[in-house]
Amino acid sequence: MTAQPSLVMFAVFVGITLVVTYWASGRSRTSRGYYTADRRIGGLQNGWAIAGDYVSAAAFLGITGLVAFYGFDGFMYSVGWLVAYLAVLFLVAEPLRNTGKYTLADLMSFRLRGRGVRAIAALSTLVITLFYLIAQMVGVAALVNLLLPRFTDVVAIASVGILMLVYVLFGGMLATTWVQIIKAGLLLVTAISLSILAVRHFDFSLGQFFSAAASVSTSAGTSNLLQPGLLFHGPMGAWNLVSLGLALVLGTAGLPHILIRFFTVPSAKAARTSVAWAMVLVGIFYLTTSFMGLGAATLVGKEHIGPRMYAGQAIAYIARHPVQQSALDAQLKSKGYIVPKPDSNLAAPLLASQLGGPLLAAFVAAVAFATILAVVAGLTLTASSAFAHDIWFSLVRGGRSDETEQIFVARSAALAVGALAIALSIVLRGFNVAFLVGLAFAVAASANVPVILLALAWRRFSRFGAIAGMLSGLVSSLALIALSPVVLGNHAIFPLENPGIVSIPAGFIGALLGTLLARDRDSEAMFDQLQVRATTGLGAEV
Amino acid sequence: MDRARQPRWQSLAAEPEFRALLRSRRRFVVPATIFFIAYYLALLITAGFWPRLMSRPLLGPLTVAYCFALSQFAMAWLLLALYLYRARQFDLAAARIRRREMRETLEPQ
Repeated sequence: MTAQPSLVMFAVFVGITLVVTYWASGRSRTSRGYYTADRRIGGLQNGWAIAGDYVSAAAFLGITGLVAFYGFDGFMYSVGWLVAYLAVLFLVAEPLRNTGKYTLADLMSFRLRGRGVRAIAALSTLVITLFYLIAQMVGVAALVNLLLPRFTDVVAIASVGILMLVYVLFGGMLATTWVQIIKAGLLLVTAISLSILAVRHFDFSLGQFFSAAASVSTSAGTSNLLQPGLLFHGPMGAWNLVSLGLALVLGTAGLPHILIRFFTVPSAKAARTSVAWAMVLVGIFYLTTSFMGLGAATLVGKEHIGPRMYAGQAIAYIARHPVQQSALDAQLKSKGYIVPKPDSNLAAPLLASQLGGPLLAAFVAAVAFATILAVVAGLTLTASSAFAHDIWFSLVRGGRSDETEQIFVARSAALAVGALAIALSIVLRGFNVAFLVGLAFAVAASANVPVILLALAWRRFSRFGAIAGMLSGLVSSLALIALSPVVLGNHAIFPLENPGIVSIPAGFIGALLGTLLARDRDSEAMFDQLQVRATTGLGAEV
Repeated sequence: MDRARQPRWQSLAAEPEFRALLRSRRRFVVPATIFFIAYYLALLITAGFWPRLMSRPLLGPLTVAYCFALSQFAMAWLLLALYLYRARQFDLAAARIRRREMRETLEPQ
């Protein structure tokens, strides 16, 4: 494909963000500056940054492809990911800003004092961010194979990893925020332009646009792209949809890399304003997935979108020898690899090349890389703050360590997390790890959300209940995924692809039972203070 | 912050003005949360379990399911606007409580 213009555009993005990082480096020398950009990000800016943090390449390339292939069923991801922000808005954003300092564990252990709750909360943050991080970085390999086949995926993963570390290590939260803002702007402009171009093809008639989409032939001959059932069908189809939908809609309120963005604004009011802007921006983006996806289905044609996604050299090989595909599938299967499904991630770049020629396609590819880069930077910062603030500062040092040590540990943790993510992604790049994003949402919804909600609303809620809730949510979602079709294929023991419908109740039940087992008077006594702080903002960190 | 100058959390939590703020916040947030989850679940359940019914065209080529999905965007933005409108009153009440408490903790008892 169009490698050179794409690389030039990506280099421009990297150049601009590096200048931003240099500017930010002077302001991230304290731990408050490093973790929260001194809480001086405005509501509007933070709204853009949340959008940049949230909309990953999985959303941009992945959902567009899913809509192109499965129409309505693919669009269900978009709906869930927008509606999810209502839970953030109503239940989490303002109390979190009012009671927390740097991390999600701060909110949970505000009245559930002691080492246990904080340790498990930090563990769950690290699990979620690492899954998410690996899914994104393996996506880099897939993207390079698809868009720039002359580059090797190992080099691509390593360069993205190093760039993300540069942003985080030198620029801290301030640089990461601006990388996300710039990326969100680029992504939104791209998505809106592609949508307008797609509808323009039908003389701006939405009726004609959707009619054309409805007449695209689909795998199930009887139903069209505007009807449900193309992706979620069969005996478990409806349950798969409900379970996934639950994880999507509740998971966002427990995603650590989104939640720590509320510590960067000066007040709870600004936290609310930032969710409002994020809902506008993210909503517009998710609406465009319908136009980009259906546009790709009608204008590019599915038969041209779906080469399979293979690791390493395989894609180039298949491109030269298409008839060998089934032989390669068999070979992969015999070696224990998961044979990839037809890949739809090319829908957006192909639509761009159809509508605007190779230059637009190159731009879309560059935006896709920028997207991944911004998301992984946010994730690395989140993981490093969970390690440095929760595990090192609060647990190992018992809250007694000086500024120099904290900032040193935070940077070292970022370096370690980054190196680990690069290494794991290089090892795992041959596998289809798209399910890790769904898993991250399921863990967030099952392990974090029940405990956040109960800690804020239930006086009786105890430390033991919080630990039991987080562990049952975490373990049940991990175990059920391991037993599900996405890992075991046809030999699955658990029939659903997303564990949400079982693991979210498991998280709540664990928290409930743990609390009823023993009273925790210390935590009950702190409830008044938590409620006053969360509601009025008295005593909030400045 | 000086330990002695901490706001009096326990008595604050019992004050009528604070209870009123808490109640009016809850009176919005709880029904709104139940509503948006129910509205969203209704889409998942109808599209999942009654795909044929939901496949009927409603607006030109757009099916019932697709219209319902698009209406979720309108629902989310509408609830957002309502909440932003109500939250201005919450902010005023919270600011009053904060100001009064600051005055009282700063003055010698």
